Amino acid sequence: AHEGAFGLGRPALPEEIAAWDVDVLPDGRGLPEGSGDVSTGEEVFAEKCAACHGDFAEGVDNWPVLAGGFGTLADEDPVKTVGSYWPYLTTVWDYVHRSMPFGEAGTLSADETYAIVAYILYSNDLVDDEFELNQDNLATFEMPNRDGFVIDDRPQREYAEWRTEPCMENCKDSVEITKRATFLDVTPDHGGDS
Amino acid sequence: MDDMFKPSRRAFLRGGAAIAAGSVAGSVAAQEADPLITELQDWASYTGAGVDETPYGLPIRFESDVVRRNVEWLTASPISSINFTPIHALDGTITPQGCAFERHHSGAIELSKQDYRLMINGLVDRPLVFTYDDLERFPRENHVYFCECAANTGMEWAGAQLNGVQFTHGMIHNMEYAGVPLRVLLQEAGLDAAGDLSDKWVYVEGADASSNGRSIPMEKALDDVLVAFKANGEALRMEHGYPVRLVVPGWEGNMWVKWLRRIEVTDAAVESREETSKYTDVYADGTARKWTWVMDAKSVITSPSPQMPIRHGKGPLVISGLAWSGHGRITRVDVSKDGGITWETARLGKQLDTKALTRFYLDTEWDGSPMLLQSRAMDETGYVQPTKDQLREKRGENSVYHNNCIQTWYVNAEGIAENVEVS
Repeated sequence: AHEGAFGLGRPALPEEIAAWDVDVLPDGRGLPEGSGDVSTGEEVFAEKCAACHGDFAEGVDNWPVLAGGFGTLADEDPVKTVGSYWPYLTTVWDYVHRSMPFGEAGTLSADETYAIVAYILYSNDLVDDEFELNQDNLATFEMPNRDGFVIDDRPQREYAEWRTEPCMENCKDSVEITKRATFLDVTPDHGGDS
Repeated sequence: MDDMFKPSRRAFLRGGAAIAAGSVAGSVAAQEADPLITELQDWASYTGAGVDETPYGLPIRFESDVVRRNVEWLTASPISSINFTPIHALDGTITPQGCAFERHHSGAIELSKQDYRLMINGLVDRPLVFTYDDLERFPRENHVYFCECAANTGMEWAGAQLNGVQFTHGMIHNMEYAGVPLRVLLQEAGLDAAGDLSDKWVYVEGADASSNGRSIPMEKALDDVLVAFKANGEALRMEHGYPVRLVVPGWEGNMWVKWLRRIEVTDAAVESREETSKYTDVYADGTARKWTWVMDAKSVITSPSPQMPIRHGKGPLVISGLAWSGHGRITRVDVSKDGGITWETARLGKQLDTKALTRFYLDTEWDGSPMLLQSRAMDETGYVQPTKDQLREKRGENSVYHNNCIQTWYVNAEGIAENVEVS
């Protein structure tokens, strides 16, 4: 029992919290001690990551591209990678360490994770091949798109304008069909009318 | 097994004749007596299935098309993928759990109640571990809420792509949940250590390999978020987070963390992968919005639609659809048959809760001429569902998420419906 209103549950033990609370915040809190350099990362990446993400983090088939895409965010088809899009390197470390490799998550050591993240930076031409990443320099690494995000601004940009009584009659002069899904024909056959 | 359920040649032939007769008899006066009435049918003579036949039943086989479907080319792997609720064939508002859509990032995991643990840690007075049985001893609430994937309709930003409302709008379900308010669990762990709650967050994550961690501001956590273990009267389905999931009313489905295993009170957002790389919305100029949590007012006509053509010819027609808003209740739905030139206000079905699906009907007459069907939802904040062009004017075409545009179905003179965009 404990002092909570219902006395339900039991105190979490330090080693239990340590096992599950492995998230890393943008300021670096949560990073364990450790380090890894680009060349070590290249080996680990080749062994554990390249089958899906490519030898140079360029992506295989439909699997995510981790490198490149710089300057494409305003294009018709932006290429959103760790280098071109992700705001914080802490997120890369946290996600790789917790959820990668796909199908064998949670198996990477802290040092392996530092090395892989260092290699992903190298694949994005953000560091040279001598670079070593560790718990002290990771959170201060400035990602190129760090300032690329704004907090949800729908209230200012949209809601003010769209909370008005809508038109009911003679709302436009004419209507024409401009795009048709059947021209693309990408819907699974079983989805349509049988 | 009873005789009635063995297919017989006699029954097969009669059934075929009945379908042919029925398709004519639907709208025209019968020329000759209907054998389905004048002849004794098997089901009116032989017995049906006993009560011991089906301890837990599935829909009758004639409804076998009312199932979840996926679109292979959308994702690299079916393990981190999406499927779609058959909303074209459903009515009312409650989604049957067995065909309610799934979205996993590392598959649907099997987690027993015995193995289940929930941890609350971080800036709390008493970090706690709960078993499943502990959770069922807290006071419970019931609520009906929609869960809409942030990416619902996301494939339609640049044009009209998928030809069916199941595919364009089916990343959604609506269930009646039973669970414990997150507020109650946080209070059990104690929030004195957190101090001023206005700048605090909770980070929530699942027991699966993807973890799906997301940051939720404390104000929402203490408001209406539920830690749910029952949906539509029974335990959650495995694919929906058995035995415990988070329910985050009105907010994007990604935050409804399944197989919930940990809640951490923090003094900052974690900025996890699912709120930086994903579930951020790129504007035309390349900047992106983050923390776009609320799902705005939206609606869609489910019938007629590409998967639900008009088969009955001219005359009375029920136009039916769904409306919902993450900001609260739906107050009105307007329907247009001419692509938005003229609008009629539809009739709303029973509203079960705020931030829940609402059914609407327009009971009308079809004269057999082509239609451009649209629906337009309004919510209690006065927000009116925008057109796709209005959205694109504000955001461009690369938002991926949060496409709540007005949908258009072109219905031709044969009653066939198609997904289109109009000027």
